[in-house]
Amino acid sequence: MHRDSERHKLFSRRAVMLSGGKAVLLSTLVGRMYYLQVIEADRYRTLADENRINLRLLAPLRGRIVDRFGDPVADNQQNYRALLISENTRDLDYTLDMLNQIIAIGPSERKRIIREVKRNRNFVPVTVRKNLNWQEVSKIEVNAPDLPGIFIDVGQSRNYLYGQEMGHILGYVASVSPGDATGDPLLELPGFRIGKAGVEKTHDLALRGSSGSSQVEVNAFGRVIRELNRQEGQPGAEVTLTIDLGLQSMVSQRLAGESAAVVVVDVKTGDVLSMVSTPGYDPNAFNRGLKSSEWHDLVSNPMAPLTNKAIAGRYSPGSTFKMAVLLAALEKGVITPSSMVFCKGYTQLGNAKFHCWKKHGHGNVDAKMAITQSCDVYFYEIAKRTGIDRIAVMAKRLGLGAKLGIDLPGEKAGLMPTKRWKRGALDAPWHQGETLIAGIGQGYVLTTPLQLAIMTARLTNGGVAVTPRLTKALGGDVVNPDGKPTGGFENLNLPKAHLDLVVEAMSDVVNSPYGTARKSRIKDTTHAMGGKTGTVQVRRISKAEREVGVIKNKDLPWKERDHALFVGFAPVHEPQYAISVVVEHGGGGSSVAAPIARDILIEAQRRGSARSGNVVGQRSVGPKDKVEQG
Amino acid sequence: MSEDTLNQPDLSIGKKFLHIHWFFVLLICLTAGVGVAMLYSAANGSMDPWASRQAARFGVGLVVMILVALVDVRIWMRYAYALYMITLVLLVLVEISGTIGMGAQRWISLGYFNLQPSELMKITLVLALARYFHGGSIEDVDRPTYLIIPLLMIALPSALVLRQPDLGTTLMLVMASGAIFFVAGIRIWKFAAVLLSGIAAMPVAWQFLRDYQKQRVLTFLNPESDPLGAGYHIIQSKIALGSGGMLGKGFMQGTQGHLRFLPEMQTDFIFTMLAEEFGMMGGIGLLGLYGLILVYGVALSLRCRNQFGRLLGMGVTTTFFLYVFINIAMVMGLIPVVGVPLPLISYGGTAMMTLLIGFGLLMSVWVHRDVMIGRRGGDEV
Repeated sequence: MHRDSERHKLFSRRAVMLSGGKAVLLSTLVGRMYYLQVIEADRYRTLADENRINLRLLAPLRGRIVDRFGDPVADNQQNYRALLISENTRDLDYTLDMLNQIIAIGPSERKRIIREVKRNRNFVPVTVRKNLNWQEVSKIEVNAPDLPGIFIDVGQSRNYLYGQEMGHILGYVASVSPGDATGDPLLELPGFRIGKAGVEKTHDLALRGSSGSSQVEVNAFGRVIRELNRQEGQPGAEVTLTIDLGLQSMVSQRLAGESAAVVVVDVKTGDVLSMVSTPGYDPNAFNRGLKSSEWHDLVSNPMAPLTNKAIAGRYSPGSTFKMAVLLAALEKGVITPSSMVFCKGYTQLGNAKFHCWKKHGHGNVDAKMAITQSCDVYFYEIAKRTGIDRIAVMAKRLGLGAKLGIDLPGEKAGLMPTKRWKRGALDAPWHQGETLIAGIGQGYVLTTPLQLAIMTARLTNGGVAVTPRLTKALGGDVVNPDGKPTGGFENLNLPKAHLDLVVEAMSDVVNSPYGTARKSRIKDTTHAMGGKTGTVQVRRISKAEREVGVIKNKDLPWKERDHALFVGFAPVHEPQYAISVVVEHGGGGSSVAAPIARDILIEAQRRGSARSGNVVGQRSVGPKDKVEQG
Repeated sequence: MSEDTLNQPDLSIGKKFLHIHWFFVLLICLTAGVGVAMLYSAANGSMDPWASRQAARFGVGLVVMILVALVDVRIWMRYAYALYMITLVLLVLVEISGTIGMGAQRWISLGYFNLQPSELMKITLVLALARYFHGGSIEDVDRPTYLIIPLLMIALPSALVLRQPDLGTTLMLVMASGAIFFVAGIRIWKFAAVLLSGIAAMPVAWQFLRDYQKQRVLTFLNPESDPLGAGYHIIQSKIALGSGGMLGKGFMQGTQGHLRFLPEMQTDFIFTMLAEEFGMMGGIGLLGLYGLILVYGVALSLRCRNQFGRLLGMGVTTTFFLYVFINIAMVMGLIPVVGVPLPLISYGGTAMMTLLIGFGLLMSVWVHRDVMIGRRGGDEV
């Protein structure tokens, strides 16, 4: 009994010690809990949210592109895909067999589907077929009960309504390539497309819009449990072009079959009303994906359908350059408008003979006559007197030989040679003979059709340095306020008398009996046009050939025929439209290019292409009730 | 001593029933209630498949506990060795012909339920040790040779369980036995000596661990080394706990658990779920409940007038403590994952039954607290 109570005491002491030890251990648990749940709580809360919340981007709808009157030229089309969720099928093979009766699934496609199904978790949709047509969609929908696991998904794809006519202006959209990544998370969305050429590229950011996002809760296996939060994105802005779609279509048709470029601008605003380069390409084909044979055809075509010749084609301006030479000479004072130059069919410089296009010469010509009849000898003479550097300065002022900054990618500068340029680029001194050649717009001088159209606009709008623009409004905000057409442009400070002389001479080219383009005159005098022809040799005419007689264009292979050029404007009494026409290897400027310009200028005036049109989203500020009271 | 307590050996069944410590039973029921609620939440607000079955098992277990409590503590003492031997034989049987499951041989199928002898051993080893030390005087306990038999009693089942392999149960058997040695009065320096030699033997023991056990230890030491593999459980458990914060995310609002980032949340990681949904306050609340059970367990044991009862009570209480501590420390990343359930809460019948039988014994000790038992087992009057 006594021994036992001693044992009991020892037991009690030890039991208390043991319990104390347990209490200490339990306290460490509380301490650990405090550390995890209070001190580190924020970190773990973030980690838990990272576990369960997935941020999914919602692609915004790409902005439409419309012409100056609001007619859509690029919009988005619903695009149907068939997807398969394997957990909803009873038997994958059964579903695929059934689907095969509606849309044929080849053995290799079937293998791909089964492989993708196996690779993904069973709730992840796998694409069975893209770009379903409406008939296929309705068949699948009708047979839905027999197709467990199959469902139709609607996406958006870019659609160009006037692909062939507008291709070069619009460009196209395509998948993001590694070089495009600019940090926008949208670019990482699978299947997201960005502008790769044309306006689609220039205004890609505006057209793209901003992404929305959807926060979804997912479980440990990645299955979406519910949507927690959704922020809709901002759809892309609508781009309003300066192009008049009606005129554009007409021009495209007029140029069909030729390798040619036409630019029509509003002389007062620089609005590009039409810009066509033929042959064109259909950007829709790029969206669908080109077959390699199609791609090969595009690339190997000698008429270069992928190049927008209107801004990237570089041509000797030929006689269309003569206005610039004349203005340079007048400004330098080496001639007056009435100074006479005698043309005997050629001029001699040292040992070299420089021929006029008219073998037996024009006789005595003054400035106006020289333009009207395009006398080469006159321009050899005044170019020699003026010097290449002064000509280059004038040409640049008129918009030639340098980029004009149109809002399209791929614009080329052309070339306006100077003595310094030749020394730098070719490491050779300038020869005077080259000045003579430049005086008739050949030799080193290279211009784009866009530059020629802008030059014509500047010549006929009173010497205002308009620049071309293709975008009239972005998301409804007018890019360059209308109403003040020339307000923002610099004046070239060319004497009015000189400009009037040039305009009159250009009018005579078409409308006088001696003019080189008189066959293309517009008989209705209120809509009459003026202009200047140009015919550019692309081959060298040998002395021997010249003596026997120059071979006619129609007898030459296509590649060796002359380029036909024409720059023009209308109406003569109050110029509104300026045009440049280049037909590659088309033959004579007067016989080929001038009639095209005539037809287009008639159409532009008939349509009133330069009307300001309705800018979508532009709100009238005047209160409505006032109008009603009035 | 009152008249009443002196008459205790002759208590009727009815009297015994009244003598059961009903507040203690209430604490157990409360804890089990928390478990059922958490299982309800784990099933996304459904009694199926876990909560209802767990409640039914608890009901059965409660009846078993009361029955065990009503059996005279002397009977338990008389059959202590026999029960121990039977369990040991069952362990050998498992070793020979056990069903293969979870990569470990752990149970014998008895038709209605699977008997897990290693669980049973947690109780019968305590019984056997309590009986052994009941018979030893203070002088006996001091003799090293006196300790050979109890050490063998521990070593045999521990070796068998370790072979299964079940590290968690082995640890629990050794540690609960250690606690009994401790309260039995073994000198403290002996514990220190064993501890030191244990540490010294660790490199040797490492060689005997299975690959997955080594992996668990390594993962424990650096869970981030393998975030999607073996470390995944611990990392996700810590995230769940931490994100629960002070007040938790609310009942059935735990994201980690319900979105299944948390593995085995209805069994070993249920404490994590509780602490995620009810925060640190919920965790402390449950620990408080466990603490109360432990305090009462010790108090009831201390009140006992026979050494067998006292040792049995402390042994059961310590086993219970080990369940609590190992499980919670494991889910909080304090010790390696060893697969010990949270007592009375984790889904599973075996541990629940072990614990309730244990508590039944503790209750029997309490009901028969004034019974005197001689050192040789007879009544000491």
